[in-house]
Amino acid sequence: MEMHHAAMTADDTARLEQGIAKLLERYPKDRKSAAMLPALRLLQEIKGWLVPDGVKRVATLLETTPERAHEVATFYIMYFTEKPGRYVIDVCTNLPCALRGAEGMLKYMEAKLGTVAGTNGDKFYLRETECLASCGTAPCMQVNEDHHENLTKAKVDAILEKLS
Amino acid sequence: MSLQHPVEKIVTRYWPHKDQNTLKGYKSRGGYQQLAKALGQEPAAIIDAVKKSNLRGRGGAGFPTGLKWSFLPKDNPKPKYLCINADESEPGTAKDRFILENDPHSLLEGIGIACWALGAHTCYIYARGEFKHPSAVLDKAIAEAYADGIFGKKLLGKDFELNVYQVRGAGAYICGEETALLESLEGKKGWPRLKPPFPAVVGLFGCPTIVNNVETISTLPALFEKGPEWFANLGSGKSGGNRLVTLSGAVNRPGTFEVGMKTTLKELIYAEEYGQGLPPGRAVKGVIPGGSSAPVLTADELGVAMEFDAFKPLNSMAGSGGVIVMDDMCCMVRSLWRVVRFYAEESCGQCTPCRDGQPWMTRILRKIEEGRGTREDLETLQHVATSMAPYPPIGLGNTICALGDSGALAVHGFMKFKREFEQHIEEKRCPFGERPWGAFGDFQ
Repeated sequence: MEMHHAAMTADDTARLEQGIAKLLERYPKDRKSAAMLPALRLLQEIKGWLVPDGVKRVATLLETTPERAHEVATFYIMYFTEKPGRYVIDVCTNLPCALRGAEGMLKYMEAKLGTVAGTNGDKFYLRETECLASCGTAPCMQVNEDHHENLTKAKVDAILEKLS
Repeated sequence: MSLQHPVEKIVTRYWPHKDQNTLKGYKSRGGYQQLAKALGQEPAAIIDAVKKSNLRGRGGAGFPTGLKWSFLPKDNPKPKYLCINADESEPGTAKDRFILENDPHSLLEGIGIACWALGAHTCYIYARGEFKHPSAVLDKAIAEAYADGIFGKKLLGKDFELNVYQVRGAGAYICGEETALLESLEGKKGWPRLKPPFPAVVGLFGCPTIVNNVETISTLPALFEKGPEWFANLGSGKSGGNRLVTLSGAVNRPGTFEVGMKTTLKELIYAEEYGQGLPPGRAVKGVIPGGSSAPVLTADELGVAMEFDAFKPLNSMAGSGGVIVMDDMCCMVRSLWRVVRFYAEESCGQCTPCRDGQPWMTRILRKIEEGRGTREDLETLQHVATSMAPYPPIGLGNTICALGDSGALAVHGFMKFKREFEQHIEEKRCPFGERPWGAFGDFQ
């Protein structure tokens, strides 16, 4: 099953090629590899994560090496080179959030979800993350990139309840 | 507490209008008139006006914007680029995202003015990857501007092509550093470049490039509406205009506020229109004034004005305007551990002092916080910090970029509270026990 999900279908490849062609309009013609970040984001939108065949395809389309694509894919934390849980939950625990209860919030969520931050599971991938620019509206978290701030127990409960 | 110098709002003045983030709403309040006016002037005159206004970069360094612009070589045949730094991620800082959310066209109009002045026909806005909503609002605004004939083959009808693109990052604090941002825009991992050459000479794709912060460029329409002299006079000393600051931590009313250059840190924390003070019975222990890399100040140093140069005598910095308040029940060891741990996580790994020093300091701090630390550990901590960046003054770092300095400066600054570190060592525990985060530290 896993192999099946990891494979690029003809439809996936077509979508990727069309999307990258559009992205390349933004860059000088001799600088195709500049589109690497948006191209990888596009691949992740199509497949849910950066499947190896897709990363290779991106490299070919941007006229660079698979190594260069892999280097970028592993440098940025929003890219997943392994399949993440259905819900990636990023909790900010930096100083401004910590001063507004973020450590307690993380513990509360770990207990509630039955996981430990940093562990990738089938359903949840709970992570501590870098500052999310919610310092005046702390504490905060993102669920699959959707931003939530001014969080309380009641709000966290309501958000998690919707994640089936 | 009331303000000694009332603040006439500029950047946030139209935020209460919910339609300000649409082209229609923006235009109904005079939007794009300053761009039209600027296009009738010589580029050199615009650069001079920006110089005269004392506008300084709002991203952290406070560098004079007009002076930066004048570094672009005049005889270089290569294309010139403007890059907008919207990779806001310094802990404590949350201001640019609100400009994108509430008033994106002020940024776009500022981009039009700046690109005309610089002779740049392409502008990339690099927004951090986590900004899903702010980026969506900005994308919509860019599309509106193209549809309305503001951008494209002609700039507001003038025979000057300008294309503006938003590029989203993918989660890396280091990409807020301007040369790492350029690497990332070129499709690479965010490894900062050695300077010189500076981006104004060799920047994006090897071409002359100006990198400016969102707030800096968003300020341009108001600056030109009111005039550069007015803007300079509004400020204080060599810092023109107002600033956006983010107030966080142990205050009754945290948030993002527009302050004057003469507004003091104390006013920001206690004034009715800003932080409204601390809960009854609580006092300020320390305040980080400009994002978590700015050396912490004590309660005795809060009379300092928010102007860029005022922090120098205190050996700290105005930075990116992230003001983090810690009250008297907050553990300074735990606080510093959080700060340094962030820099350890975000070190790009290029320079040894930062790649190895930040995690080393993080481990020592955790050890002290958990009551396992020794006096030698405290000495090692300071020694490692000094190896990365001696202090004072700020700016002596031994790494390619300032991320190395950031963790080291935080450590140096927190040594103002050295007694508390020693207390952890002597008592073999955290004196604050299970509640190290002060007035608002419990999750409820």
